[in-house]
Amino acid sequence: MADLSTNDEAVAAALDTPVRRGEPILQVRNLKKHFPLTQGILFKKQVGAVKAVDGVSFDLYQGETLGIVGESGCGKSTVAKLLMNLERATAGEVFYKGQDITKLSGRALKAVRRNIQMVFQDPYTSLNPRMTVGDIIGETFDIHPEVAPKGERRRKVQDLLDVVGLNPEYINRYPHQFSGGQRQRIGIARGLALNPEIIICDEPVSALDVSVQAQVINLMEKLQDEFNLSYVFIAHDLSIVRHISDRVGVMYLGKLAEIGTDEEIYEHPTHPYTQALLSAVPVPDPQARADRDRIILTGDVPSPANPPSGCRFRTRCWKAQDKCATEQPVLAVPERFRGQKTLAAHESACHFAEERDVVHAG
Amino acid sequence: MPEPIEPYEEGRAIAATGGGGATDLAMAEAETLEKTPGGPKGTGPDKKPRSLWSDAWHDLRRNPVFIVSGLIILFLVVISIWPSLIASGDPLDCDLAKAQEGSQPGHPFGFNGQGCDVYTRTVYGARTSVTVGVLATLGVALLGSVLGGLAGFFGGAWDGVLSRITDVFFAIPVVLGGLVLLSVVTSSTVWPVIGFMVLLGWPQISRIARGSVITAKQNDYVQAARALGASNSRMLLRHITPNAVAPVIVVATIALGTYIALEATLSYLGVGLKPPTVSWGIDISSASQYVRNAPHMLLWPAGALAITVLAFIMLGDAVRDALDPKLR
Repeated sequence: MADLSTNDEAVAAALDTPVRRGEPILQVRNLKKHFPLTQGILFKKQVGAVKAVDGVSFDLYQGETLGIVGESGCGKSTVAKLLMNLERATAGEVFYKGQDITKLSGRALKAVRRNIQMVFQDPYTSLNPRMTVGDIIGETFDIHPEVAPKGERRRKVQDLLDVVGLNPEYINRYPHQFSGGQRQRIGIARGLALNPEIIICDEPVSALDVSVQAQVINLMEKLQDEFNLSYVFIAHDLSIVRHISDRVGVMYLGKLAEIGTDEEIYEHPTHPYTQALLSAVPVPDPQARADRDRIILTGDVPSPANPPSGCRFRTRCWKAQDKCATEQPVLAVPERFRGQKTLAAHESACHFAEERDVVHAG
Repeated sequence: MPEPIEPYEEGRAIAATGGGGATDLAMAEAETLEKTPGGPKGTGPDKKPRSLWSDAWHDLRRNPVFIVSGLIILFLVVISIWPSLIASGDPLDCDLAKAQEGSQPGHPFGFNGQGCDVYTRTVYGARTSVTVGVLATLGVALLGSVLGGLAGFFGGAWDGVLSRITDVFFAIPVVLGGLVLLSVVTSSTVWPVIGFMVLLGWPQISRIARGSVITAKQNDYVQAARALGASNSRMLLRHITPNAVAPVIVVATIALGTYIALEATLSYLGVGLKPPTVSWGIDISSASQYVRNAPHMLLWPAGALAITVLAFIMLGDAVRDALDPKLR
């Protein structure tokens, strides 16, 4: 037990050191989550695995917003759960301030959780319908009593409501008395309560009306400046991700296809999947819509239980060649752009990476 | 060139209205957020908001089914605690000379085969039925929801083993099980019968509790609590139990009626309660031989039993409707 407690103290000390702006605060290395597929009723035998996340690596820098986009089922939400330690990773590491958090438990994990919080997708299920707003937000202080002394908790909850733009008098209301946008604000207030450094946002606005989405996004940007937060922002709406993110990662079938700054990804995509994804973004101007380069993919996303060999995207890619079936492309700056000072020189997992400006084509 | 322009204009018009609508909505939302201190549903800040439980109670008070069944059950509870309030006689004070006699002044329901007053025995029989029903239901609900709830929450091997055990218990026919198990018991108290009901009844509640805990466990608010660092006991007590208990309450209320009927069935078959305990089941059993000559001996306790069972089942039904948010 002595070992464990000194370890806990070491973790706590490591967590207290501040990270300067622009330095990596969260480093994800080869993260994997395989959900076993079992057969049999009493004696379960594993017959395979759904490779929801299969080797994802990226860095999150202090103070930035990293957007992660991809279609349904590509493993975005599983990445969020792994970062939050809500699911145990099958393999790989998540370093928070240099400390691997995937294997932590007990007190050390609780200490990490003070610093990494989450905003959930659906504001209708993420708030306990039988608790008042004051109890929902105040529960964080029951779990981490060192954050706020007992007498101050109510006032602190009201401050938080004020910070997210809700009337502090709503403290005794129940979630069903609020609209979707207001509920999401409550969810954000709960995430902020412990004064974390990182907030993982798992599609925080996809369940909201378009008009309300903008308000919530603006609130999140305001809070980021105010509290010096780093965001991992998961979404499938490319325009929102571009609006809020400093850097963007594109996921396909459990792997990152391409990652770079928002300008690199949106203006100079080099991975065919990113290009196809961008070409599907609705364009409000009909003139520009007629001119743009529309890539229509054939077929469906393959099953993550049985992903294609080599490059995961090859079954739907118009550039696929024999090499793609045998050799797995690594996520790195493509050779042809290496050493060049162009925006196309960013990490892309494609053997035949080349620039194609789909948004401004024609 | 009018033709290519037309769809273009249409597109513009749609885009314009769409945009306008969105702004209106945004403004409306902003207004609710900032300006009205009263809040989203127009209730004043001082007015205490209603929880889902008080919403359910609000619904129940307006439901005639609930009022009727509630009054019947209240009456039953009162007379099982103080039977002398409405019956002055002694249920065991019998006069064989009056056996099977019909209604007389002072003895409105007549006499049974042993010459005991049927009215007094029917009133005193309520105590046994209500005791057996309430205690068996409490036992079943506690045992079943704890076992099933833990299995649902922790899953894994414990869940697999428990599910198979429930399957085994489900395969035992209740009456046959009662005949076998209770025929070896000689005690004339209610405890063996209650114990038997708990033994065979818990799998039903356990299954329901397991299912509803699994449903509640998957909600994001449980994940959110876990993400905050909440312990298992906090998640179970604060988040899962309050949201998973409603189906258990409903099924338990309905089951209460069936346990009362089961007690009567077992007593009728001669393996449940035994004289001198006063019970509707025993009276129905002994009266059944004389049903052609003296039907009143059978009809009064049987009628009381039917009304009691019906009242509990109706109550369970009303509670289920009130707790179902989809019907609101």
